[in-house]
Amino acid sequence: MSGKSKLGKALFLIVIVVYVAIVLGILLTVILNSVSKGWYSGLLPKTLTTEWYSYVAQDHDVPQLLYVTFVVAIVDVVVSLLIAFPASYALARTDFKGKGVLLSLFLLPMIVPPMAYGLPLAMLCYKFRLAGKIIGTIIVNLVPIVPFMILVLMPFIEQVGTNLESAAKMLGAKRGTIFRRVLIPLTRPGILTAGILSLVKSISMFDLTYLVAGGKSQTIVVALYADAYAAGARPPQSVDALAVIYFFIAMACLLISLRFVSPTQMVFKVK
Amino acid sequence: MRAALTRPKAGAMALLVPAVVFILLLFLYPFGYGLYMSLTDPGGAFSLGNYTRFFQDARDFRTIGVTLGISVPVTLIAVALAVPLAYHMRRGVPGERLISFFLIVPVTLGTVLISEGMLTFMGPNGWLNQLIMALGLSKTPVRFTHNYAGVAISVGLQGFPYAFLMLLGYISGINPDLEKASQMLGANKWQTFWKVLFPLMVPGIAIAFCLNFVMAFSVFPSAVLLGQPSGPQRVIAYAAYQWAFEKFNFNAAAAISMIMAVIELVVIAFILAWRSKMYKGASIVGKG
Repeated sequence: MSGKSKLGKALFLIVIVVYVAIVLGILLTVILNSVSKGWYSGLLPKTLTTEWYSYVAQDHDVPQLLYVTFVVAIVDVVVSLLIAFPASYALARTDFKGKGVLLSLFLLPMIVPPMAYGLPLAMLCYKFRLAGKIIGTIIVNLVPIVPFMILVLMPFIEQVGTNLESAAKMLGAKRGTIFRRVLIPLTRPGILTAGILSLVKSISMFDLTYLVAGGKSQTIVVALYADAYAAGARPPQSVDALAVIYFFIAMACLLISLRFVSPTQMVFKVK
Repeated sequence: MRAALTRPKAGAMALLVPAVVFILLLFLYPFGYGLYMSLTDPGGAFSLGNYTRFFQDARDFRTIGVTLGISVPVTLIAVALAVPLAYHMRRGVPGERLISFFLIVPVTLGTVLISEGMLTFMGPNGWLNQLIMALGLSKTPVRFTHNYAGVAISVGLQGFPYAFLMLLGYISGINPDLEKASQMLGANKWQTFWKVLFPLMVPGIAIAFCLNFVMAFSVFPSAVLLGQPSGPQRVIAYAAYQWAFEKFNFNAAAAISMIMAVIELVVIAFILAWRSKMYKGASIVGKG
C-alpha cells in the first residue's frame, strides 16, 4: 500500500517536472531568441542584441497597442461589474420562477465556443460599423466577462448575511444608501477578486478580439498572432520580441493579482 | 451560512435588467442573427444551401473529424492526468504555491504566446531536440511543429492546467470526513478512491471536461501556427474564419458557426448523461 502511494507521488512529480520544464523552456527560448543574433544552433546564443526591439518599435505602434490593450481591459472590467453586480445581487438574494433558466442563460456564453457566437457578433459589428474601432473590441469582449463575473460574485454576496441590510433598512436607510454604505463595503473582497480575475482574462483574450480588431483597435495579443502568422514577412526574433513585451505585461498583471486571489480561482469555479 | 431567499420585489427585478439586456443584445441576438444568416443565401432568400455545401465539400466536412481528432484525445488526456494529480494535492503538498503558479502561467499567457514559443523551443534546432539528441533518443531532430503533435501539445499545455486547477478547487472541497469514515470501515485507499471519492468527483470532472473541450474545440491559433492549417490540421473554427474573412461569405461562415455549436452541445449532452449515470446526488452530504 505504501508502494502504491509512492508510485502516486512519483507520477505526480514526473508530470509536474515535465510540465514546468516545458513551460520554462518555451518562455526562456522566447526571451533569449528576442535578444539573440544568428542563434541557429547550440545551447545559447553567441551574440546578444537589442535590435529586434528597435525593429518592433518601428514595425508596430507599441504605445498604441498597449493603450488599446489596457483601455479595453479596464473599460470591460468596469462595465461588466456594473452589469454583473446588480444581477448577482438579485440572483443571490431572491427566488423566483424561471431563476434557473435565467441563470443558465447567463452562463451559456461560457459553454458555447467563442467562434460560434463570436462570428455572428463580429458580422454585426461590421454591419453597424463598430469593427476596427476600440468600442467594437470592448463590446465583443464583454460577452465572456459578464457571465464569469456573475459566477464569481454570487457566492460572495450569498455569504454576506441579510441581517445588516435589514438593520440598515429598519434604521431608515434608502435602497441606494444600503447598496453604497452596507453592501458594497461588505462585498469588497468579491468585487476585488472578480475585477482582478477579469482583468487578467481580458488582457489575454484572443479569439473575439481577433475577429473585430484591426489597425488602431488591435490589442497586443492580436498583433502578436498576426506577426506569428505572417512568419515569412519579418525576422522570427522580432516576433519573439513582441511576445516578450506581451509576456511581461501579462506576468505583471498575474503577479499583482496573485497577491489577492489564488490560482484555483482563475479558472471557472466548479460549485 | 446561506441567507434565506426572499420573494422578489420590483426593485430586485430591476437589478436584473442590465444583465438581461446584455445577454439579449450581445449573445442571443447575434446567435439568432447567425442562425438567420446561415439559413439564407447572400441575396437574403431562405436556403439550406450553406449547410448542404458544407457537408458536400470534402475539404470543409472533414474539419469536423480533424477538430474532434485533436480536441477529444487531448481533453481526455488532460483530464485523466489532472484527476489523480489534483487528488494527490488535495490536502496540500510542499511547494504547492509554486506549482500552482507554474500551472496558471500558460493559462494567463494564452494560446498565442505558447504556440509562438513552441515554434522555437520544439523546432528542429530548439532545446527540446538538442536534449533528445544529446540523450541519444533519436539521431535526427523529432518533428514537433507543423504537424498533429505540435497542435496537440499546444492545446494540451493549455488544457491541462485549466483542468487541474478546476479539479483541485473541486476536490479539496469534498468533505474529508467521508474519506476517514470509509477507511475506518475497512476500505483500502484504492477502494476509498473508486467507491467514495470518485463518484463525488464526477460532477467536477464532467464540468472540467466540458469547459476544456469547448476551449480545445474552438481554438485555432494553435492549429494555424503549429499545424498545417491548409491541410491535415485545418480545424473547423479556422474554416469558419476563412469563409467569413477571406472569402467574405458570411452566410457560409454562419452555417459553420451553427454546426460548431451543435457539435459542442452534443458532446456536452453526452458528458452530462455520463454524469447523471455515474452520480446520483451522492454528495448532498459530500460537499463540505
